[in-house]
Amino acid sequence: MQHPPEHPEPQRRGLTAIDGALAMIAILLIVQMWLLTATLEGFLAGHREGVLPAAIVSGVLLLACFGLYRFVRGVDRETRGRR
Amino acid sequence: MNPLRDTGRNTERNTEQEPLWREEVSIFAADERYVNRRQFAKFLVLTSAGMFVGNLWILIRSWLTGKTAYPARPVALVSEIPVGGSRLFNYPGPNDPCILIRPAENEFAAYSQKCTHLSCAVTYAPQRARFECPCHQGYFSARDGRVLAGPPQRPLPRILLQRQGDRLIAVGVDLQTERS
Repeated sequence: MQHPPEHPEPQRRGLTAIDGALAMIAILLIVQMWLLTATLEGFLAGHREGVLPAAIVSGVLLLACFGLYRFVRGVDRETRGRR
Repeated sequence: MNPLRDTGRNTERNTEQEPLWREEVSIFAADERYVNRRQFAKFLVLTSAGMFVGNLWILIRSWLTGKTAYPARPVALVSEIPVGGSRLFNYPGPNDPCILIRPAENEFAAYSQKCTHLSCAVTYAPQRARFECPCHQGYFSARDGRVLAGPPQRPLPRILLQRQGDRLIAVGVDLQTERS
């Protein structure tokens, strides 16, 4: 007797897509953490010229993370909605 | 009640009619992986927002602090310090310890006494012409405050001095950022 797969093909693809997006978010977050520590270190050392660009880049990274989250939410809704 | 919205493709849940708990707490075991991942993604995005707020805070602090005006204040008399000796004082505030040294007859220099690593008090070693931090063996040059060895990454801030007769007057602080 053959058992049905735990996750049918669309669900499995959905999980893979979500996992990929999660990995991307994690990488962006690590970059953002490094950026914050480097900016703080520079600011305390009296280097103020990099503070504004760092804030802009951090905002862009946040928007990218939010975009990936919306992607995760969309895939989640669509894949679960098929059931 | 059919939880699916009739959109033609029949693929979207009817979020307008469904309560929030049904979206966040799945009643299907197979949906649990999706809910967990989505909630983890939400947590990561909130952490990302926290990082952005941190950068904004630094930016606002940078705008607000601006240039500091330092007062002129007598810190010592020349006759009080022997050649090779040192004297402690506070500048610009009462909680900013500094050290004044006299390496030669007519040579004076002053630096912040806080090590730029973790703010331990540095001591003057005249025989080696350097400042030594006893906490983590950080060494700074007594000539210009630059880092000679150890974990500090930045030079000691230099206190700008003026000599008026027998008096030594502190007139400012040079963070020496171009050296770091």
